[in-house]
Amino acid sequence: MSCSQVLDLYFIDARSKLIDVAAFLDRVERTGGDDDFRMRAFRDALGALGAEGGGARRAENVLLTFSDPTREPVERAGGKAASGAWRGEAE
Amino acid sequence: MVSRTTDDYQAMVLAGCRAVCEPAFWAGFDRASAEGFRDYFAQLTEHEPARAAKYLLPHFSWLCINPKESENLVLADEVLSIIPEFLGRPNVLGIGEIGLNRNSRNEVAVFEKHVDLAARHSQLILIHTPHLEDKRKGTRIILDVLKNDTRIDPGRVLVDHVEEHTVGMVLDAGFWGGITLYPESKCTPARAIDMIERHSGSNLWMNCACDWGHSDPLAVPKTCLEMRRRGHGAESIDRLVFQNPSRFLGQSPHFSVPA
Repeated sequence: MSCSQVLDLYFIDARSKLIDVAAFLDRVERTGGDDDFRMRAFRDALGALGAEGGGARRAENVLLTFSDPTREPVERAGGKAASGAWRGEAE
Repeated sequence: MVSRTTDDYQAMVLAGCRAVCEPAFWAGFDRASAEGFRDYFAQLTEHEPARAAKYLLPHFSWLCINPKESENLVLADEVLSIIPEFLGRPNVLGIGEIGLNRNSRNEVAVFEKHVDLAARHSQLILIHTPHLEDKRKGTRIILDVLKNDTRIDPGRVLVDHVEEHTVGMVLDAGFWGGITLYPESKCTPARAIDMIERHSGSNLWMNCACDWGHSDPLAVPKTCLEMRRRGHGAESIDRLVFQNPSRFLGQSPHFSVPA
């Protein structure tokens, strides 16, 4: 596909999702506090999103930003569900 | 699909689905006993195939104790001991979906026991990789376990729910990769097609999860339409959604799809 074909197919959808992200950030800001590991990870991921010259690996880099980088299994499962971002070594 | 009505079977058939595979998975709560699993396995191998057959849809299943229920090692051992009773059922394709959930030591131990069971009984293996922040770490641990067992043929293992940060490591190690279409915790159609285009010709296929949560049993046909919008031809789409799965699943003597 050409660039214009990709944009014709996906620009409106991506624009909508970007506005959703912006609205989410506004919503968090209106609470008066965003000192949460998930928001720290989210801001890091936004940085990965904006990086140029990455060889079209933004999706991979965003996922890596949220990922647990450690290698050893944890002692016990902390609940059934993941949270979406790594809490850090204290987990 | 134990958590869906037969409306979904009808819709799948009308959309062109030729077969459905249902792995043993978490019910949304922890089953209390191995006998509960025995009933569940009977449901997967007797009741569900009969329900699907009313819509002329071949139904296949996989057996295991799900990673979410693997913290209880005593229960896991009891369930593992009854699985062989069901491996000869005509719709059973192998062991799955095994793997990890939160990457705990008990989950790894139970995963290793499932791999051993599959190896001893020459079964195909279907693997669940963890969700969200746990996926990359869990996929690495899973691949290490598999690669350390010389009895395991990578060509007989499907590592499911790959995403952009795990697909390369799975394919590079020689395993099949499954891209799962599922809102929020897995992949969108557009991202799935991106991965397929970037790994063209690889041992990849798409699937969708149809469970008790927010999920769409028609996600694969809808993604086929998306592929056509991107200019992919009928043959390449068929290879991805029918020939590749058939090639992998056909390694089980229990798998066949009517012409």
